[in-house]
Amino acid sequence: MKHIEIKIGGFGGQGIVLSGFIMGKAASIYDKKNATLTQSYGPESRGGACSAQLIVSEEEVDYPEVQKPEILMVISQEAYEKFTPCLVKGGILIYDEDLVNSVNNLPKETRIYSIPSTRFAEELGRKIVTNIIMLGFFTAITSVISYESMKKSVLSSIPAGTEELNLKAFQKGYEFGLEKVNGV
Amino acid sequence: MNNIKPAVLTGEHFMNGDYACAEGALACGCRFFAGYPITPATEISEKMSRRMPEVGGIFIQMEDEMASMNAILGASWAGVKSMTATSGPGFSLMMENFGLGIMMEVPCVLVNIQRGGPSTGLPTLVGQQDMMQARWGSHGDYEVIALTPSSPQEMFDFTIKAFNLSEKYRLPVLLMSDEIVGHMTEKVVIPEEKDIKIVNRKKPEKYTDKYLMYKADKDLVPPMANAGEGYKVITTGLTHDEKGYPAMNAEAQEKLIKRLCDKILKNKADIIETQEQETEDAEIIVVAYGSPARSALSAVKLARKEGIKAGLLRLITVWPFPDEKILEVANKVKTIIVPEINRGQIVREVERCSYGKCNVISLPKLGNIHTPYEILKVIKEVSL
Amino acid sequence: MSMNEIHPMDKLIRADRMPHIWCSGCGLGTNFICYLTAMEKSGLDLNKCVIVSGIGCTGRIPGYTNIDSFHTTHGRAIPFALGLKLANPELTVTVFSGDGDLFAIGGNHFIHAARRNVDINIICVNNFNYGMTGGQFGPTTPLDAKTTTSPYGNYEHPFNLVDLAAASGAVYVARWTSIHVRRLSKSIEEALLKKGFTFIEIISPCPTNYGRRNKLGDGLDEMKYYREHSIIKHGINPKEADLSFNGEIVVGKFVDIDKPTFLDNQPDMSQMSVNNKK
Repeated sequence: MKHIEIKIGGFGGQGIVLSGFIMGKAASIYDKKNATLTQSYGPESRGGACSAQLIVSEEEVDYPEVQKPEILMVISQEAYEKFTPCLVKGGILIYDEDLVNSVNNLPKETRIYSIPSTRFAEELGRKIVTNIIMLGFFTAITSVISYESMKKSVLSSIPAGTEELNLKAFQKGYEFGLEKVNGV
Repeated sequence: MNNIKPAVLTGEHFMNGDYACAEGALACGCRFFAGYPITPATEISEKMSRRMPEVGGIFIQMEDEMASMNAILGASWAGVKSMTATSGPGFSLMMENFGLGIMMEVPCVLVNIQRGGPSTGLPTLVGQQDMMQARWGSHGDYEVIALTPSSPQEMFDFTIKAFNLSEKYRLPVLLMSDEIVGHMTEKVVIPEEKDIKIVNRKKPEKYTDKYLMYKADKDLVPPMANAGEGYKVITTGLTHDEKGYPAMNAEAQEKLIKRLCDKILKNKADIIETQEQETEDAEIIVVAYGSPARSALSAVKLARKEGIKAGLLRLITVWPFPDEKILEVANKVKTIIVPEINRGQIVREVERCSYGKCNVISLPKLGNIHTPYEILKVIKEVSL
Repeated sequence: MSMNEIHPMDKLIRADRMPHIWCSGCGLGTNFICYLTAMEKSGLDLNKCVIVSGIGCTGRIPGYTNIDSFHTTHGRAIPFALGLKLANPELTVTVFSGDGDLFAIGGNHFIHAARRNVDINIICVNNFNYGMTGGQFGPTTPLDAKTTTSPYGNYEHPFNLVDLAAASGAVYVARWTSIHVRRLSKSIEEALLKKGFTFIEIISPCPTNYGRRNKLGDGLDEMKYYREHSIIKHGINPKEADLSFNGEIVVGKFVDIDKPTFLDNQPDMSQMSVNNKK
């Protein structure tokens, strides 16, 4: 895995950009790889479709834009419709099955992983941690970024006093992902 | 959350370009920021509003960009390093008093996170359409210094470099960034405070009756007395003599404007910085700056893989323009390709400086950066 | 007058810049001396006194003042002065400029600096027209007055500057004319020592342009007019301190209040803990 392109899509306010930030920070600061994050900017990040693009690479990242993501993580139906056409053949699709309910027209050989992260978040008492659950899930499924680094990055990127909740959320997603990967 | 952070955030950070710019300014001693919110430069103001009180500095959100530019000139005259940040429409408004800064010789930094224009244009999308405005935007004849970062790390580093050049040569220095670099997040390494090279303005000798405000040293830069130090500063936007007194005649105009230009032109070797990759044996060179330089480097690497002798000349200082470097390259290569996020601005300078020694191709693009393949395509075409 | 004679204000004047550019009969010389007198009497450290102006006849005052002096661009004296003051709060910063500079092109800066209560002093010489460019109407020109760009009489309503200043948040507001030299000096001295945004309007003759076109006679006639038509009304609502063409001139100190300045209101960072970790 020399050069991986990741796209995260959802609604503004779901923590899409923060998810990209946490991934990028984990990859660059803690995993000592190169990471470049760009984001859709403007009215979109204040509601409506929103996306973050992350490149993680062993080498320096020159061109900063994601063109053909190998991994697509979506937390809304709209983002699913908008971004799946650019997913590479054989790419990974990760989605929240509570918010994306119609999965079709996928590129060939897409590896699909879904998680009821909104429901899990509600069970934890705060819907706001949906994206952190997704990040745990992502970590288990893709192994682009190490578990330890991701955990550190989550903890250093969230408001003080919310560590316990976020760690629980991250762990929940991670364990659910491990079960999926191991086919339990 | 209520932790006061020091001025220099030594360490590794995953940080966007706008924030890195603010941190660079704080790290080299900027303690006054005046600005007006504008996409895509707003994050610089936001960061400064949080950080300035932490380091004992002043953040002020002004009523407009004319006021912002003037406020930083005033603050600099009070001896405090100062900065403002804006984008297209605000840059136009700042040009009025950018000229005053040139005339009064005031060290400060003006950051332009370029977006698409003209007018309100494309607030959220990238542009490099203000490059000629940076050079000629205020009325009259003058020379400027403009730097073009390509990454968040360079937003940090070049902001410090911009302050150092402004203090050394006594003029407002332009950091001509763009939306992609401003909003991109990457690793930014902030060194230890002691490892940051800082240049401060030259001060005059103790005040005497013979003290002259604008008597330049051999480097053509006059030492600067700040307000409140007893020098009886006198300065004006009018053409003035060495005393700083208005002098309304052709002789004074010739003398002053020539020195203001020469203090930059005669120190070009010290000011200009370029970076070369794969240029030694290159037959085709891409000349790029800002975010397209990243696509250009990618294209050059792809071309090399295909056995094409391509190279990259990246402009770190766009103004003053590296005339001699371009001529040197033009003498060696068959073709120069200039990708820019505008209709072709810096390519005119490249054409001027290459004296017809090689083929110069403009590669304009609007609203986004070129993909590496768009540049590679042209490299391949001209390599045939 | 002998060449050796020393003007009492000589140490505050850049004598080598004399003669000044002002016309005979202009009120600026008098206004200038009132300012210098006030500065001297104030007991302020002259090395910490700064004067800033924009463009115009009044804008030339800093160039003749022997303290730190800044002659900036048209309309922009206030934000420049604000930068000086906020960067070095030890300075006493005064903007001395004209009605066109401060209230037409610079109007927005004025209201916002007043709103913020930045601790600077504004002295506005109001001669009802743009003098330096030859007498065009401006934001204070009375209705019906003739100028080179209102040849049929001005058909725009003028600002009442003292009302504008008070409404915008100034903590000290006064109006005098060029003939009220002692009162004006005293008022400037009060303003220099007052914390916060202060505003003093000086009604001043421009016999070369405004006076001539409106048949007000020479500079001396205008001064006589001020003496005969000025009424001192301290403390009245500035709204009522109106000026009309050929009417009475209400002068006095209208506002003198205290409120926190921009710097007083800065966040108190001592309440936060210091964290030197990255």
